[in-house]
Amino acid sequence: MADRKPPQDKEPGLGAKIAGFGVTFGTMFRKIETEQYPEEKRPTQLRFHGRHQLNRHPDGLEKCVGCELCAWACPADAIFVEGADNDDAAGERFSPGERYGRVYQINYLRCIFCGLCIEACPTRALTMTNEYELADDNRADLIFTKEQLLAPLQNGMLAAPHPMVEGMEERDYYQGKVSQATPEQAAWMDQRERELAAADAAHDGKDPA
Amino acid sequence: MGIEEKLPAGFLLTTVEQIAGYMRKSSVWPATFGLACCAIEMMAVGTPDYDIARFGMERFSATPRQADLMIVAGRVSQKMAPVVRQVYDQMPEPKWVISMGVCASSGGMFNNYAIVQGVDHIIPVDVYLPGCPPRPQMLLNAILELHDQIQNSKLGVNRVHAARAAEKAALEATPTHAMKGLLA
Repeated sequence: MADRKPPQDKEPGLGAKIAGFGVTFGTMFRKIETEQYPEEKRPTQLRFHGRHQLNRHPDGLEKCVGCELCAWACPADAIFVEGADNDDAAGERFSPGERYGRVYQINYLRCIFCGLCIEACPTRALTMTNEYELADDNRADLIFTKEQLLAPLQNGMLAAPHPMVEGMEERDYYQGKVSQATPEQAAWMDQRERELAAADAAHDGKDPA
Repeated sequence: MGIEEKLPAGFLLTTVEQIAGYMRKSSVWPATFGLACCAIEMMAVGTPDYDIARFGMERFSATPRQADLMIVAGRVSQKMAPVVRQVYDQMPEPKWVISMGVCASSGGMFNNYAIVQGVDHIIPVDVYLPGCPPRPQMLLNAILELHDQIQNSKLGVNRVHAARAAEKAALEATPTHAMKGLLA
């Protein structure tokens, strides 16, 4: 078998070899498709599943009612929620209605960004952003707490806790009758701030440690 | 006092550490350690679309002895664990580990007897990268994070001191089982 040579066609000429380099040469003039990642970030698709966000009503009250449906829906057990009662008398109203999410944690080292929590959420409190830069050097910092997940305050919003808009019920919030925080709510916030400052001052005077 | 005060910072007075850090971070050679679906995204980072060669990392080596960085991409099963450890041990110092994806980082959604609940049970991890799987940009982001760590790593005596300090801090920290409160 060793003496049998493979059938040889005509040796390709020099022209064919140079023509092969033509492909290489031509590629130099083609548009570069590489995404220059850290400098130029290509936007994700609008529906990309990124980091979560806890939304707010237009007056700044939180939408989360602490029902834990997201935690139940989560296939990876990445979400931990603990609800608590809103208490108007004590000045602790975080959401319209009865309950709010007192503790909200998402473990991003378990979360698989499937979006089942978003589907489960009955008040659209939990949605996903397009943010994806989450790498970190330890496990503890990748458990995001409520403060990190809450949406930033937009124009016309006041940070919870504060009372609901005067004369509105929980239902009115979902029917879009609340458009922004009212002066009454702002006044309540101011008064609470003064009270807290006064309490602090009294505490400092009483306990000169 | 002298000329060093007149010069802009970091122009002439970069320490040897900084130079070494720059050299190291500019040509990190990854060892291929694709274990599952995350490996597909890791391969995508090598394509012209994302082009990991921009960071001097295009040489994915199949030999751990010629690699500095282990990208553990995918769930590590109990059966694979000794292999991961052996490959890590075969890599020469200095070496780094990126735990790519939630499965490698913490077991992810596979909270069961077959999967190691986080590759940091077997090998020290430098950067944890969430995502299932992480998109190529997320891996590049993790690599840049690692570059930061490499750039600021210490050498020689400083390295020993840093390691001692880290160990002391770890020993003094409250162990997880003794922590009170929320630890979801």
